[in-house]
Amino acid sequence: MATKPDLVSSESPKGMTQIVKTVVRFVMGIIFMFGCYIIVYGHLTPGGGFAGGVILACAYVILTLAFGKELSLGKMSDMACSILDNTCALLFVLVPLGGLFFGYFFLNYLGKGQLFHLFSAGTIPIYNIIIGLKVTSSLFAIFMALSIFGRFISKLVDEEEE
Amino acid sequence: MILYFLTLVIFVMGVYCLIAKKNIVKKIVGLVITDYAINLFIILIGYREGGIAPILFKGMDRAEFTNRAVDPLPQALVLTSIVIGLGVLALQVALCLRLYEKYKTFDMGDINRLKG
Amino acid sequence: MEPFLTILLIFMIIGSIIAIETKNLLSSVISCGVIGFSVSIAFLMLGAPDIAITQVVVAILILVILIRATITIDNTSIEAHWDTFAVVSSLIFFGLFLVFAFLAVQDLPRFGEPLMRVSKEYLATGPEKTGAANVVTSIILDFRGYDTLGEATVLFTSIVGAFVILRRRGRKRRTEEDTEKVGILMDKEIREDFEEFRE
Repeated sequence: MATKPDLVSSESPKGMTQIVKTVVRFVMGIIFMFGCYIIVYGHLTPGGGFAGGVILACAYVILTLAFGKELSLGKMSDMACSILDNTCALLFVLVPLGGLFFGYFFLNYLGKGQLFHLFSAGTIPIYNIIIGLKVTSSLFAIFMALSIFGRFISKLVDEEEE
Repeated sequence: MILYFLTLVIFVMGVYCLIAKKNIVKKIVGLVITDYAINLFIILIGYREGGIAPILFKGMDRAEFTNRAVDPLPQALVLTSIVIGLGVLALQVALCLRLYEKYKTFDMGDINRLKG
Repeated sequence: MEPFLTILLIFMIIGSIIAIETKNLLSSVISCGVIGFSVSIAFLMLGAPDIAITQVVVAILILVILIRATITIDNTSIEAHWDTFAVVSSLIFFGLFLVFAFLAVQDLPRFGEPLMRVSKEYLATGPEKTGAANVVTSIILDFRGYDTLGEATVLFTSIVGAFVILRRRGRKRRTEEDTEKVGILMDKEIREDFEEFRE
């Protein structure tokens, strides 16, 4: 089997120039970490599940724009996006139903903890993480689908004009 | 009062762009402007004079917090509305690409003429 | 606060006039992005930091999706002739709407003095009852959790709807083996196109 093309190197034909690739290689990890921080500390500082989820999706989008779609689909494939999206949508309903064991219906049933600590506020951090993952996978998947379809259409139009 | 009125002017301009322009991408831009204007209007209603953000920090006086914070309820409603706007935009762009694939143009006037 | 917000809103009105009237689609989309960032600055001035974070990132993603999916295909918008009926009737109706809006806005509470009947309870008892210091998060995930469940459903439905629209071939020509596949993007025809596309 022939060697796989080196997708991350600066000489590969897909994606953008070398400056953009170097900067994105450095910055993407920081954006990812910032997105995770906004999700996890959503009950103490401004932010929450939605904002953090969109930031994580932006991290994958900038990876796609700089390196081409094979690299980012290698990191989070279409199957992984689909499974993550559906699992989080299901968990969002199952977690409150788990409260039925404790006698609560759709209430915040875990211990409240102390104010201003990371592990406090009952089920709220769990919901933040579920929503963050769901929004990330949805938006990244729809961005890839639109981008691939758009490229396909412009190929079709070019072929027709010839 | 003038602030509410200016926000409604932006809303009206977004809807005008949706109706009177022929290109589909312009119509989508009109809907996006409408979305921004409505979210801004809802947050404007909840503002309190000299207010602070509704987030409690360590060592803050609770009575002062209740008296000075801005209204947190419109913010909770707008937070989900912004992300839903993004999801609906994805749907609109998908429709727009399908129309382009079938009729090879973004112009609604040409599409209306070609359809029959 | 009010003069600054008034100047920002006039800047947004100028931006939207540019976004509506220009012939180049790329300029129109970029003006739309500028309006989005100005709205985020307004949110920060009005004491809503989580909304400002969300609005900035969503404005960026709207720009990227619109440019990537549509402008790279076809960039200009030339209107050969006006649709006179649509333009004139919409101007008349919106003139009427703005007159009535001006009268109706006088009945709202004054800017800077909200009613806050329910929010007083949320602010006073929120941190104790839920244990979260961020009152907005405690509202959307504890006091009004059902609304967030509805929102997650709407987001899921719109994304699945977009995938269904982008499916390559219609339902009539699907063979039996396709119905056994799981996952939306694993549909057989889409995968074949995707494979031949990778090269």
